Amino acid sequence: MQTDVGSAVRDFIADNFLFREDRETVADNESLLENGLLDSTGVLELVAFLETDLGIDIKDAEIIPENFDSIDAIINYAKSKLAKAA
Amino acid sequence: MCGIVGYFGAHAMELPPDLLLRRMVGAVAHRGPDGQGVYVDQNIGLGHARLSIIDLATGAQPMSGPEQDIWIVFNGEIFNHIELRRDLIARGHVFRTQSDTEVILHLYREKGADCVDDLNGDFAFAIWDRPGNRLMLARDRMGVRPLYYTEHNGCLFFASEVKALLRVPGIQAELDPVALDQIFTFWFPLAPRTPFKTISELPPGHVMTITPEGRSVRRYWSLAYPDAEAGGAIGKTDEKRIAEDLRALLFDATKIRLRSDVPVGAYLSGGLDSSIIAAAVKRLAPQALRTFSVTFESDEFDERDFQQEMVSALGTEHDEIRCTAADIGRMFPSVIHHTERPVLRTAPAPLYALSDLVNQNGFKVVLTGEGADEVFGGYDIFKEAKLRRFCARQPDSRLRPLLYRRLYPYLPRLQNQNHAYLAAVFAAKDGELDDPLFSHLPRFRTTMGTKVFLSADLQEELKGYDALAELRDSLPAEFPRWHPLSQAQYLETAYLLPGYILASQGDRVAMAHSVEGRFPFLDHKVVEFAADIPPQLKMRALREKHILRESIKDLLPANIAERPKQPYRAPESQSFVGPKAPGYVGDCLSRRAVADAGYFDAGAVEKLMTKCQRRPVSGARDNMAFVGILSTQLWHRGFVDGLHDEMQDSRPMAVA
Repeated sequence: MQTDVGSAVRDFIADNFLFREDRETVADNESLLENGLLDSTGVLELVAFLETDLGIDIKDAEIIPENFDSIDAIINYAKSKLAKAA
Repeated sequence: MCGIVGYFGAHAMELPPDLLLRRMVGAVAHRGPDGQGVYVDQNIGLGHARLSIIDLATGAQPMSGPEQDIWIVFNGEIFNHIELRRDLIARGHVFRTQSDTEVILHLYREKGADCVDDLNGDFAFAIWDRPGNRLMLARDRMGVRPLYYTEHNGCLFFASEVKALLRVPGIQAELDPVALDQIFTFWFPLAPRTPFKTISELPPGHVMTITPEGRSVRRYWSLAYPDAEAGGAIGKTDEKRIAEDLRALLFDATKIRLRSDVPVGAYLSGGLDSSIIAAAVKRLAPQALRTFSVTFESDEFDERDFQQEMVSALGTEHDEIRCTAADIGRMFPSVIHHTERPVLRTAPAPLYALSDLVNQNGFKVVLTGEGADEVFGGYDIFKEAKLRRFCARQPDSRLRPLLYRRLYPYLPRLQNQNHAYLAAVFAAKDGELDDPLFSHLPRFRTTMGTKVFLSADLQEELKGYDALAELRDSLPAEFPRWHPLSQAQYLETAYLLPGYILASQGDRVAMAHSVEGRFPFLDHKVVEFAADIPPQLKMRALREKHILRESIKDLLPANIAERPKQPYRAPESQSFVGPKAPGYVGDCLSRRAVADAGYFDAGAVEKLMTKCQRRPVSGARDNMAFVGILSTQLWHRGFVDGLHDEMQDSRPMAVA
């Protein structure tokens, strides 16, 4: 299950924010905000996905760049939330 | 108001000159449906499509004096033509017509290319000086009226719109990748660059002189602000006096813009600026005023209640047109045919519908509030920049970023965000406080996110190109000495205003239906006076356009006078998806069409399309990308493939 979370998050981001298949748009640890790939409304789209598709309950206070600003950060955050819920 | 075309130079004509000029004029006939004329002499040709507004009887063009040695084709209006004529007559000039066109001719005879210094107006013109063997092209200070040119086979061709140049045999449309990069960064190409690789525009406030020896371009006017340290000439004047002087200037600017031999109407957006103009018109010309508005189905964009409040307050005879998302989708190919450039917003489309309404009501001229936000500091980006500097002074503050929510009360989703994200979105990064583009960096960053869709080939070709660096390099030498608000205002007024607002949302979509917009706030005397007003009087705390509000507060209902800025916006990607989506969308964005044009990555475009179809997307980047890609593909079909006629009047069609 844990690996599926990683690929589900990665796929969602690829399909909805990075869009590209032919090339690396951004590295897993790079800031999505600074690269103009995930703007403030994009973050809310991401939150909606994590809640509805992955069943993660997200508190407003957790919507912070530390949790959402790179692919690595998002995957780590999602995994730790699921681990706590389990 | 009109369309002008012409050429200068010896060249092997594939067409007889007269026929060539007629073809070119035909391409801009929408700008001037009331008459056409051409003038041909050795190595020179001028053509004109006329929209009769002043001196209906004798104002035909191309026009010359009795000596037949100097000829002019002119698009626009000289609002101070009455005063100029009076002075010229006093100096011995003899006039044959009542037109403002003839005023330019006489002034040129006296002063040569410096005649532009005396003109208060919106203009683009060409003067053929036979004795001097010289062609002069000129464009107004703010960039209201367009003028494009290109050199082909050693001959210079010019026209009000690019489509006329594309009627010249051998001149082909080809996309300039750098222009596309700039559009996907700033929303417009940096003049003189255009999306067409071989075609340039004469920048606002410039004149060009062409002789058989070559051509020279000279700037005759530029926007300038006082040094932040020193302050402007009126810096010490008290606020009340500044407000009074400003009001007098605004009334003058409005008054001379009512000069017309046909009736003049006004746009009412429901906002402060157009309300001021309509109210001023009502004071100056108390007879029946006709006003026109766009309304939207969604409350997010609609301002009808405010429009109606002004209609009742002024007692105007009012017409409105309701613009739905489906209407935008339906009109969009025609809009791009007129903007002649990719756009990242759909906002030109409702204005295209509005000019149609004006035209159907028999009006040719409308006054609008365009320019007030640039000139008096009304845009949210100015407040945003001020707040970002405020937050940067205490980067660790948890409270300061909450102020960002006050910036965009009309963006419901921003209200839900906590301070950490707001801070991250708007925070100044290292070194950014000293960046001349500081005020605009968040906007540019979001916009540049659209470049992720550019094709691998185009990205390769653009490798190493930095649009922001080019913009920084183009700034005037004194820019660093200006107040931060003045710097931000300059970026809006000298770049976005002519590059996007006056072009794609202004002249092009109004002239598509033979309607001339007039903008009192962009009278250069108002602009120069406003530039000198201390920044603190333009934006007091976070109250935008403070001094402007003070100067006219008795003219408007309190509700309007104190209304915070609501930017003019229209439905974006949702205009092009869903059951009512126009058929051309699927065609233009198909893998095949995208790959054939070669500008974008077909797989990425498909994913964006899927995302937008699944549910309405609200992200700014996604919406700009969708509209930008679709408009670029339409541009390609219309201008490169030459298929515009096929796309016109596209009917709604279900999308599979």
